[in-house]
Amino acid sequence: MSGLEVLRGDDTFPKLLVRNALRHPARTALREKELGIWQSCTWQAYLDAVRELALGLRELGLARGDKLAIVGGNRPEWVISELAAQAMGAASVGVYQDSTLNEVAYVIDHCDAGIVVAEDQEQVDKILDMMDRLPKVRHVIYTDARGLRGYRHPALLSFEAVRERGRAVLGRHPGLFDEEVAKGRADDLAIISYTSGTTGFPKGAMLSFRNLLSMALALHEVDPKRESDEFVSFLPLAWIGEQMMCLSSALALGFTVNFPEEPETVMENVREIGPHVMFAPPRVWEGMVSSVQVRIMDTTPFKRFMYERLMPVGQRVADLRFQRKAVPLLWRVLYALAHLLLFRALKDRLGLSRLRTASTGGAALGPDVFRFFHAVGVPLKQIYGQTEIAGISCIHRESDIRFHTVGQPIPGTELQITAAGEILSRSPSVFLGYYKNDAATAEAVKDGWLHSGDAGHMDDGHLVVIDRLKDVMRLGDGTRYSPQFIENRLKFSPYVKEAVVVGQDRPYLGALLCIDMGIVGKWAEKQKIGYTTYADLSSRTEVYDLVEREVAAVNETLPQAARIQKFVLLYKELDADDDELTRTRKVRRAVVEQRYGDVIGAVYGDAEAVDIDATIKFQDGKTARVQARLPVRRLGPVTTPRKVA
Amino acid sequence: MALLDVRNVTLHFRGLTALADVRFSVEQGSIHAIIGPNGAGKTSMLNCVSGVYRPQRGEILFDGRDLTRVAPSARTRLGVARTFQNIALFKGMTVLDNLLIGRHVHQRTDVLMGGLYWGPGQREEITERRRVEEVIDFLEIQHVRHKVVGTLAYGLQKRVELARALALEPRLLLLDEPMAGMNAEEKEDMARFILDVNEEHGTTVLMIEHDMGVVMDLSHRITVLNFGERIADGTPEEVRAEPAVQAAYLGEPTTAYWGRGT
Repeated sequence: MSGLEVLRGDDTFPKLLVRNALRHPARTALREKELGIWQSCTWQAYLDAVRELALGLRELGLARGDKLAIVGGNRPEWVISELAAQAMGAASVGVYQDSTLNEVAYVIDHCDAGIVVAEDQEQVDKILDMMDRLPKVRHVIYTDARGLRGYRHPALLSFEAVRERGRAVLGRHPGLFDEEVAKGRADDLAIISYTSGTTGFPKGAMLSFRNLLSMALALHEVDPKRESDEFVSFLPLAWIGEQMMCLSSALALGFTVNFPEEPETVMENVREIGPHVMFAPPRVWEGMVSSVQVRIMDTTPFKRFMYERLMPVGQRVADLRFQRKAVPLLWRVLYALAHLLLFRALKDRLGLSRLRTASTGGAALGPDVFRFFHAVGVPLKQIYGQTEIAGISCIHRESDIRFHTVGQPIPGTELQITAAGEILSRSPSVFLGYYKNDAATAEAVKDGWLHSGDAGHMDDGHLVVIDRLKDVMRLGDGTRYSPQFIENRLKFSPYVKEAVVVGQDRPYLGALLCIDMGIVGKWAEKQKIGYTTYADLSSRTEVYDLVEREVAAVNETLPQAARIQKFVLLYKELDADDDELTRTRKVRRAVVEQRYGDVIGAVYGDAEAVDIDATIKFQDGKTARVQARLPVRRLGPVTTPRKVA
Repeated sequence: MALLDVRNVTLHFRGLTALADVRFSVEQGSIHAIIGPNGAGKTSMLNCVSGVYRPQRGEILFDGRDLTRVAPSARTRLGVARTFQNIALFKGMTVLDNLLIGRHVHQRTDVLMGGLYWGPGQREEITERRRVEEVIDFLEIQHVRHKVVGTLAYGLQKRVELARALALEPRLLLLDEPMAGMNAEEKEDMARFILDVNEEHGTTVLMIEHDMGVVMDLSHRITVLNFGERIADGTPEEVRAEPAVQAAYLGEPTTAYWGRGT
């Protein structure tokens, strides 16, 4: 039923690792920047590390069917740990390293892991602090010894020590690793991927090697990768998208995975590597565009002039291509010129010069951002899928990109829309179920069809995603609207960082907005508007005027009955640490509506402003009291769209 | 064993006595703080150790050897490095170059060899760069490695200054108000780094700091100066309980602060 035949029996990650090491022992498999230099690790060295660690883990009691939890940043040790566990027949469970203590404890305990691999002191501290809530954890393995010198916990041991044990085993039983790897089956549990739901505790989606590999191969058919390709891994390895690239695809197709030096140096490192393949959520692409925009604001008038003249050329050509129209000769010549003068340099600055396949997924990407990348010659595609289907079910095809859709199903995937408008999908990648949660599994998969919970429709063979089915809401008069749809439109404005649209059972729509401090701050400087803090900048009348124009522009695209009539700029950014966002930066609506109840009340009242007296919690645990007066801005009934600066 | 032994040091500036018969000793591998109200002579004390001032009386023994007659540059070679209250970096140079200069005392090859970048000169350059990269990794400043120091935020510059001092691979690190002018988060990072330097490298730290929370948390031992005189010396608990210290800080009318978060 699946297309794993091309792998000729090498149908698990560890088997593929062995295959790659046999085929190309000296070719680079992984690269990590350390002490300022890119250090390469060949497929042979990769296999050796996995073998030693695997046998070491076995000595520590890791058995078939066990789970190994991994917490940490993007480092070779992360993927080595995962493969080592899988080689011994265990499954790996990635934990988001920026999770709160509660989430970390919940996931590690729920997945029944006996061994945890933690990157550094920060992660080790988290786990040791909660040992009383983690009765099943016997060993905590750290990869970075810094700061841990003084620790004397019986469960604690170093990555190197485990490898050392493995080496000892290797001397006694040289064939043990290969025997264990050979026992692996395509349908074995490979990973449990915990999805940070917008409500309640995360659910652990169980995925087999078959699930993961058939998705990688099907995607490869429509979005090919080469052995010589470079990929930079900088998104959480606990996330299915990164699993898909760094493990399934890299192992099946043999390209090189690069790990950046530090999270702060990612963009610099991307530029050094010049990846051929990139997969990132919208915020990364948006971040690149806004960094370009900010720098253009700061640059010399000549460069700004060139940018402002040449970008429209690229956009015009991109638009023609989107409409699948022929590009006239004149525009081709102009485009070639723009490429030479601007786009080539711009792509080089962003590290995208060699990029052949670029995709975005996880949330909607603004049309302006999409157009920007196509204008400069980066073939960005939209991807759609869930963790429960190993990450991907749909993608744009090279020649057929429309930014209001998420593309067409990948080979082997069937799509269906129910009468209620829900998107269903079926493929060899549909997961095995939620770990220890049969009720949720039964709800998600019926007769092999995965129920996504997303509302959508088909448009000329393309899938269009509207919103979460349960998130489609009604105004007091019964008008249906999708808050997320409108919020995304609002967030397409560079000045708006976060948006929450309210209106369930209310007479009209209101919006709570967070400005983008970087861009609005820059704008304010240009306008010679003084400000001190985020809260201060947010409450400026000029900023309100600026955002009002943006909201008015969005309103133009919305049906008359579902337009935003009032908005407020919040005094702080929504933050995952305050539970207002999930770790993947989706708004937790219930929390926001409860926490900003007063503000929402004011939106539906007659007041011109609302007084806020709130306590903000900083990262270091300190709190500060914020007292502010937030103006409530009402948009006129007739809004004339003005040219946006 | 004491790494640094300050014995009856007295320093006058004409009629003014900056330090009067000050003595204390800094244990090998410890974090030792000097505190005291403004004008107590803290920086003068540090300057005597690093060689900016030469005391009129007394001895400063570093690892059993009297430093008072030793030139500042020679003290650096012995393993004494310092940071300054006001950042003293080459603002127009990159972080990397500043740190490489910090390694100057360890470099053997001459201008010609270095300039030709050949043979020993090249090998040395590579070793030195590796040492510097280790410091960069340690203080987590990879992202600013190639930035010009003058363009960095103040807190980051302070960190670069610490990095420059660490590049010397000192046995005794003198820090003059490492946290001054920093926000809460930067202070927390800096405190973490000072602890790590002490624990990981075993470097002895002698610091002046005004943030009492930091001093009480980090220090193994504290010396309190007031008007150039040592008025207390001991563990944080002992010093906190000392009535003379409370009097010096609080004075008769309650004007200064004591303790954390007040």
